[in-house]
Amino acid sequence: MNIYAVIFYVLGAVILGATALAITRRNLMHAIVYLVFSFIGTALLFYLLGAPFLAVLEVVIYAGAIMVLFLFIVMMLKSEPDHLTLGLRLRQWLPALALSGISLIVMTVFVLQAAGGSGPLPLVMASPLEFGRFLFQKYWLGVEIASFLLFVALVGALYLGRADGKTGS
Amino acid sequence: MVTIVPYSHVLILAASLFVLGAGCAIARRNLIMILIGVEIMLNAAGLACIGAAMRWQQLDGQAFVIFIMAVAASEVGVGLSLIVYSQRRTGTLDADRYDLMKG
Repeated sequence: MNIYAVIFYVLGAVILGATALAITRRNLMHAIVYLVFSFIGTALLFYLLGAPFLAVLEVVIYAGAIMVLFLFIVMMLKSEPDHLTLGLRLRQWLPALALSGISLIVMTVFVLQAAGGSGPLPLVMASPLEFGRFLFQKYWLGVEIASFLLFVALVGALYLGRADGKTGS
Repeated sequence: MVTIVPYSHVLILAASLFVLGAGCAIARRNLIMILIGVEIMLNAAGLACIGAAMRWQQLDGQAFVIFIMAVAASEVGVGLSLIVYSQRRTGTLDADRYDLMKG
């Protein structure tokens, strides 16, 4: 086991721990800050796996833009305490835990059995220049469609977020 | 040749992250936490794509992560404005209290 494998496992443990803490927090603010940790760890993992440009994008878009948007919405809306008893809370979590556990076990067994999964990952790096050339040569139509999707999302968000939200049909 | 870890370990990490996000989306009742669960799932999918790009030395996997990020960004924009809209109309963020159509 070399240093890169150690970095991979440590980062994986940090990401899983931060995500597990995030999804169990009662306070939305704490959940979002834990999630920022998780996304920054993921960005480091992207860098380790040979995608430096995507690592930067992960920090800028996920840990930056999306999480700050969540923070602003949480600050804007009045948060309400939930009045769940322990029994109700367990009834909420137990089916989810059972389903998630079963799917995780099945996925792990399948991944470990499947051919092609056992190949070791070589240590290479795709430079941003190379990646950009590839993206705009092979997937230029997809990039255009993605920009159109973002435009439609902008229009939709503006329409839904008008000050007089009650007049929408 | 220096290697990192087997591809299956990356896939298992991505699967664990995905399952955490799915559990969050199923079990939590707050609309914002449900959206956060969807975000975690999209992120896990991106991690699997990047691992695949490295396993087969093709850049297609990395290109797909760009599209995943675009979808995640637009989903969050529309989703959060929907949440603000429904909070204005009903005054609550609890998914269990949207029971207008109950008989």
